[in-house]
Amino acid sequence: MIASAQTPALRRFLGLLPALAVIGLFMLVPVAIMALYSFLEANPFGGIVWRFSPEAYVQFLFERDLADNLVFQSGYLIIILRSLGLAVLATILCLIVGFPIAYFIARQPARHRNIWIYLITIPFWTNQLVRTFAWIIILGRNGTIELPFRWLGILGADDTLGLMYTDFAIVIGLIYAFIPIMVLPIYASLEKLDFRLVEASADLYSSTFETFRRVIIPLAKPGIVAGSILVFIPCLGAFIQPDLLGGGKKLMLGSLVQFQFATARNWPFGAAVAMILLAFVVLCLLWYAQAARRAGAQSGALAHA
Amino acid sequence: MPEFRNVGEVRGLRSAAFGFMVFLYLPIAILILYSFNSGSLVMVWSGFGLNWYAKAFANADIQRAALNSLIVATVATALATVIATLAALVMTRGGPFRGRGASLAMISLPLMVPEIVTAVAMLIVFAGTGLSLGLGNVIIAHVTFCIPFAFMPIRARLEGMDTTLEQASADLYGSDWATFRYVTLPILMPGILAGAMLSFVISLDDFIITMMVAGAGSTTLPVYIYSMIRQGVTPEVNAVSSLLLLASVLLVTLYWLVTRNRDAATA
Amino acid sequence: MRLLVASAVAGLLALSPNAAWSEEKLFLYNWTDYTSPEAIKKFEAETGIKVTIDTYDSNETLLAKLKAGATGYDVIIPSHNFVPILIDEKLVQKYDAKALPNFANVEDRWKNPEWDKNQEYTAPFHWGTTSVAYREDLYGKKLESLGEFFKPGDKAAGRVSVFKTPEEVVNLAHLYLGQKFCNPDPAEMQKVQDLLLAQKPAVNTYSSEGMNDRLINGDSVISTQWNGYALKGRTEGAKSGKIVTYAYPKEGVIGWMDNMMIPATAGNVENAKKFINFMMAPENMALQANFTGYAAGIKGMEAGLNEEMRTAPEINAPADVKIVFSWACDAPSQKLIDKVWTNILK
Repeated sequence: MIASAQTPALRRFLGLLPALAVIGLFMLVPVAIMALYSFLEANPFGGIVWRFSPEAYVQFLFERDLADNLVFQSGYLIIILRSLGLAVLATILCLIVGFPIAYFIARQPARHRNIWIYLITIPFWTNQLVRTFAWIIILGRNGTIELPFRWLGILGADDTLGLMYTDFAIVIGLIYAFIPIMVLPIYASLEKLDFRLVEASADLYSSTFETFRRVIIPLAKPGIVAGSILVFIPCLGAFIQPDLLGGGKKLMLGSLVQFQFATARNWPFGAAVAMILLAFVVLCLLWYAQAARRAGAQSGALAHA
Repeated sequence: MPEFRNVGEVRGLRSAAFGFMVFLYLPIAILILYSFNSGSLVMVWSGFGLNWYAKAFANADIQRAALNSLIVATVATALATVIATLAALVMTRGGPFRGRGASLAMISLPLMVPEIVTAVAMLIVFAGTGLSLGLGNVIIAHVTFCIPFAFMPIRARLEGMDTTLEQASADLYGSDWATFRYVTLPILMPGILAGAMLSFVISLDDFIITMMVAGAGSTTLPVYIYSMIRQGVTPEVNAVSSLLLLASVLLVTLYWLVTRNRDAATA
Repeated sequence: MRLLVASAVAGLLALSPNAAWSEEKLFLYNWTDYTSPEAIKKFEAETGIKVTIDTYDSNETLLAKLKAGATGYDVIIPSHNFVPILIDEKLVQKYDAKALPNFANVEDRWKNPEWDKNQEYTAPFHWGTTSVAYREDLYGKKLESLGEFFKPGDKAAGRVSVFKTPEEVVNLAHLYLGQKFCNPDPAEMQKVQDLLLAQKPAVNTYSSEGMNDRLINGDSVISTQWNGYALKGRTEGAKSGKIVTYAYPKEGVIGWMDNMMIPATAGNVENAKKFINFMMAPENMALQANFTGYAAGIKGMEAGLNEEMRTAPEINAPADVKIVFSWACDAPSQKLIDKVWTNILK
């Protein structure tokens, strides 16, 4: 009895060991170093000085005026809120575009599904920079989209639709960059969908909408959650699309941290912004887990019925 | 089972999928078109020419960078997928245990830290410990940030899936390995494929972390391309990207032909 | 699984550069396409040293990387304003360029430069200028003052593009306002900020990529530009009848020079010196200049230059143009630059 009780524990340990060891050594240790750096003084030319200083965190919300008084400033908060808004928007749009595609692929004959998965990922064998340049060719002045308008004479020689250097262009670029990351997990969870279940539900519920709401979406939920996490968090740090397609006129979180480490050479402040972001994401995930647990407790009985 | 075909069918899904493919492949078509640009700019067409392919074939540096990228992506994907599969099995099949939430948070950690911070911090760790394995350092870094991308789809696949089949198999074969090999693994396969594909493209495209942790002789393709900033990106990058696409399409076609013959033989 | 781990470890070891090689080697760390393949081939043939080129995207990356402890590079090519920082932070070593035979070829004006007064740490590589380029056919007249870039009229409204690098942009503003670089005076920096904020509505993009593309497709009418880049833009634009002109405004242009340095941790110092000496030979530097499209301060290299390089107005600035070299700012003025930049883009 005792042996069989220990075996699952041992297995759990061995199963998790590689993942936790790799991430522990090469991610947790580096993060701990950065957490420490965020409380040290900046060396003016990069790196840190080994002296405690909360300056990095103070700097996030306050600036010193000429008389060295602390004054509240909202600049960095605005950058964070803007990045959050953009990431939320991009995630929702990726979901709206990605879900039907994942569903479509899951309904293909088994042999075709893998080919579809390849078709979704093959474009991303190319380099992200040139992919983004291709979008500039499509959206830009004298670009692919403007071409028919020019032929029809709706646009004059020096006119433009003005699609580039806008939030619209940024969002298109973000959807394009992150769409496979949304489609694949949803597909992975939808593929197990037993279409006999769908048939039964079609008998039970009269409309397709009800079938979706009551059968398909709940089954796809783990995939939707996984996809949303994988899109949302990296989207927060995205900077290629805001810079190249949006014209880089407004700093994003990704550019801000990049800027602090490279150009401004203020490692503690860059580290502090990263820590604030990390704390925020962890809080969001905790809140989500809590909510999921509560929802699970309520619907658990129903699911097993 | 033709009757299932119509169940859950949504009108317009086919045209939506078609539209999506246009969205996905229009930029790729343009990218390939511009690889035949005779001029030196990536966004201005100045005539047809094969000069950038000629340059890419003569350029040992860009070839080495592309090869490095493929090696890193392949090895990192293989390792990350195995590690993530094990972890996902424990997380979904291991029952409740203490530290489950903490483990999940750990596995998601690489997602949550901005890349440049991870990049500098990892380099500090590598430099501090004297770990200098050349391309090995890059592979270690890539395995680390690919784990969550491989883990999430596999876990999504396993979640909410009942274990009846596996229990039946355990009764039948008795051996855990046989159950895993013949029952669990086939069930998992779509999740593993999705996770592996994501890891591969994420690894192939990473630039910031690679730029920092790469030691001498380990320049990858994205690092090479982003370093073109001083002289401007040229259609040579489009040419190399198109060649990579061609290689991947050939691989897939080969796979398709092989499996079709096998299916035909078993039918 | 054990097999997998074993093969992975074996793979990593095989890929490691530390694996035994008897061959002489040199690891060069530089921008992409900034080293002539012909020159490298010649160097390898002459010396038997195998050159491996790795690349970085910016001086900032180079500094951050060396600062965090990266090793293995033998020659690096930082810009002049990063030279004092690298020296102060003890990330590079002395190698006494003056003792190298080919140092005699260096033009006098590049000897003992401001950023390395005794020529202990550096030897000159390319030099160039930063100014603005514009579409002369769309703009309709000659651009004569930086004021036309900072306060654009109707012709260029919404079609100005600006570098993403704060130091270069702020320096151009200093040049226009007649202030000194690396300005620690908050009142003067306020004027810079006001100027850049007033310019912002006319700006379509802050980016250091695709300047020529935007000028030629008409997205931009005026754009910050480096001279070698502008040379390519003029050549490409001429193919479709578009006139891209590199401006020499009356306020002057910003000068910069890239330098050959040896990191403190270099493993092949002797080979690094051989390479630096090789590059200072006129025929080799001419190969290099023809490839990159940038000038270099080596005497006698004109003979090896192609026609374009000898005559290009972008490379051969008129004699009366004021070229002001930037330098690395100290911490307080750097902080002001960062503050101004964040205020503009927040």
